[in-house]
Amino acid sequence: MQRLLPDERGHFDEFGGQFVPETLMTALEELVEAYEKYRDDPAFQDELAFYQREYISRPTGLYFAKKLTGHYGRAKIYLKREDLCHTGSHKLNNTIGQALLAKRMGKKRIIAETGAGQHGVASATAAALFGLECEVYMGEEDTRRQSLNVFRMNLLGSDVIPVTSGTKTLKDAMNEAIRDWVTNVETTYYLLGSVGGPHPYPMMVRDFQTIIGRETKEQIEQAEGRAPDFIIACVGGGSNAMGIFYPFIGTETRLIGVEPAGHGLESGQHGAPLSRGDKGILHGSLSYLLQDEYGQVLPAHSISAGLDYPGVGPEHSYLKDNALAEYASVTDDEALEAFKLLSQIEGILPALESSHAVAYIDKMIAETTKDDIIVVNLSGRGDKDVQVVAAALGVNL
Amino acid sequence: MDITRVNRINAVFDKLEEENRTALMPYLMAGYPDVQTSLELLVAVAKAGADLIEFGVPYSDPLADGPTIQAAGEVALANNVNTDTVLDLVRRARESVDTPVVIMTYYNTIYRYGLERFAQKAAESGVDGVIAPDLPPEEAAPWVEAATKFGIATVMLVAPTSTDRRIERISELSKGFVYCVSLTGVTGARANLPSNLTDFIYRVRKLTDKPLAVGFGISEPEQAKDVSGIADGVIIGSALVGLIGKAGDGCVEAARAYMSRIREAMDT
Repeated sequence: MQRLLPDERGHFDEFGGQFVPETLMTALEELVEAYEKYRDDPAFQDELAFYQREYISRPTGLYFAKKLTGHYGRAKIYLKREDLCHTGSHKLNNTIGQALLAKRMGKKRIIAETGAGQHGVASATAAALFGLECEVYMGEEDTRRQSLNVFRMNLLGSDVIPVTSGTKTLKDAMNEAIRDWVTNVETTYYLLGSVGGPHPYPMMVRDFQTIIGRETKEQIEQAEGRAPDFIIACVGGGSNAMGIFYPFIGTETRLIGVEPAGHGLESGQHGAPLSRGDKGILHGSLSYLLQDEYGQVLPAHSISAGLDYPGVGPEHSYLKDNALAEYASVTDDEALEAFKLLSQIEGILPALESSHAVAYIDKMIAETTKDDIIVVNLSGRGDKDVQVVAAALGVNL
Repeated sequence: MDITRVNRINAVFDKLEEENRTALMPYLMAGYPDVQTSLELLVAVAKAGADLIEFGVPYSDPLADGPTIQAAGEVALANNVNTDTVLDLVRRARESVDTPVVIMTYYNTIYRYGLERFAQKAAESGVDGVIAPDLPPEEAAPWVEAATKFGIATVMLVAPTSTDRRIERISELSKGFVYCVSLTGVTGARANLPSNLTDFIYRVRKLTDKPLAVGFGISEPEQAKDVSGIADGVIIGSALVGLIGKAGDGCVEAARAYMSRIREAMDT
């Protein structure tokens, strides 16, 4: 199915767009132009395919989780193993793509924002591979929660800049990255990590992540001879979900995005703008957003730093409003249970982000039968989260 | 609805042009250091020779601002300042001040409030114009329409990175004056202004007849004097906000004295 969204100014109907200071607009125009040029360029696509295969280790498996399936005794459950990508998550799909683009645009320096550190590590990795200077903005709060990832980025040759403004988390790391970009726009490439931000990022990051969905489509066809009935993925900014959803949009497959409900949607401490937000503008695009009645952005909460974000990619807002995907939520506690379950039953430690998708199985499995097929996008591995999980379980390491 | 607001800004620039002077345009953060003092500051700078006052709405995610204005915004938000508070302050200032007031606010505060509602309430409060630093011309059409309906001037920004084609388009949409961002970067005082500032302003000048106000980075009287030689308006933000923060209880007097020094440098 050929879809024409976003339009040439980056709108998914009313969502998306380019709400940034004028200083950045020419840089965004250049980026749109460069991306349009290379997305259909066989040499670029060949090089990208080479690194996807030989470096990221694609295709990743579509694993039939036999024991988890047996545990519930209903639909067959498959896991798309993005946790087996080099660096441990789907994030490298995007950073390799954008770093190749940055190189072709002649940029020598990249900057990135990171929450849990997954995108930061993936950016630092791509920078090391292609010989680019790299600085990563990370909320001071997150540098403490994820000190191991800070050290990993340093080992990869990148500098991590702790951000002390605002809530000291991902949202503010992104503000600071944008401020850096405004200042150094002529020399610097902003390597944005999710399907948010101003056009063309939501489209470009989606395109680089769509390989997850394309592989899934082929693999499930081979294994089952048909498309799945359900695809479940977690949604923070929403790049892994966009990547696996995209080839299935408008088909019979039900697409379910799972937002972090934190301490519960009613508690007000969550990161679920699609479930509880209103339309607004953050980091350059219009989408659903956690905000007060005056448009001040509210802090998000999730046990998973990668989902701890008050906004969401604009295409998800479009999918929601047009009933092309459904959005649900899962609490911190439910995600922790899923983390334990998958570890014990399948020998796979899922990232706390991905644990939200796994946890949602429990909520929807009753409406399925043995004839149904579910694919869960296991977007990352949970090794990075063991300290957080230990603390949550009251274990002293 | 009359259109006296845009006219009030235009009248200021027309008069200054006749007198061969440059507009002094201080920026204050509404609700900083506290609500009442920010009102006193607004009145004080108007009386100390400001030709137009920019009044900032504090915002949770001010991505075009440097540390000084970020910090002031955080204080204002902690003082429970919101859009209604800011408009109310302008309404109260109007009891004693005729100087045009332009609200500086990030676009989400306008969008969330409702475009027409924002424009109408702003007009009723005596606001003359609005600057949204994260609203480029591509996205500005609905807001320009709503603002124009209520006579609110939509001031747009051009940057050194803007192409000629963009500058033409932005200047066309911009009402009252065109805000020229002096440098590639966020707001904040700089020891030196960029060496190519004059070239940039001349480039913009060739593309529009509207008054040009220069902001970002200006803090010293000497800098204000230099900029007044090439532009129609000099915007001073972070330097003033920073000084207010340092001066504590004496901030109104300090602001008045600083404005007088800048005014004097610009007029000699």
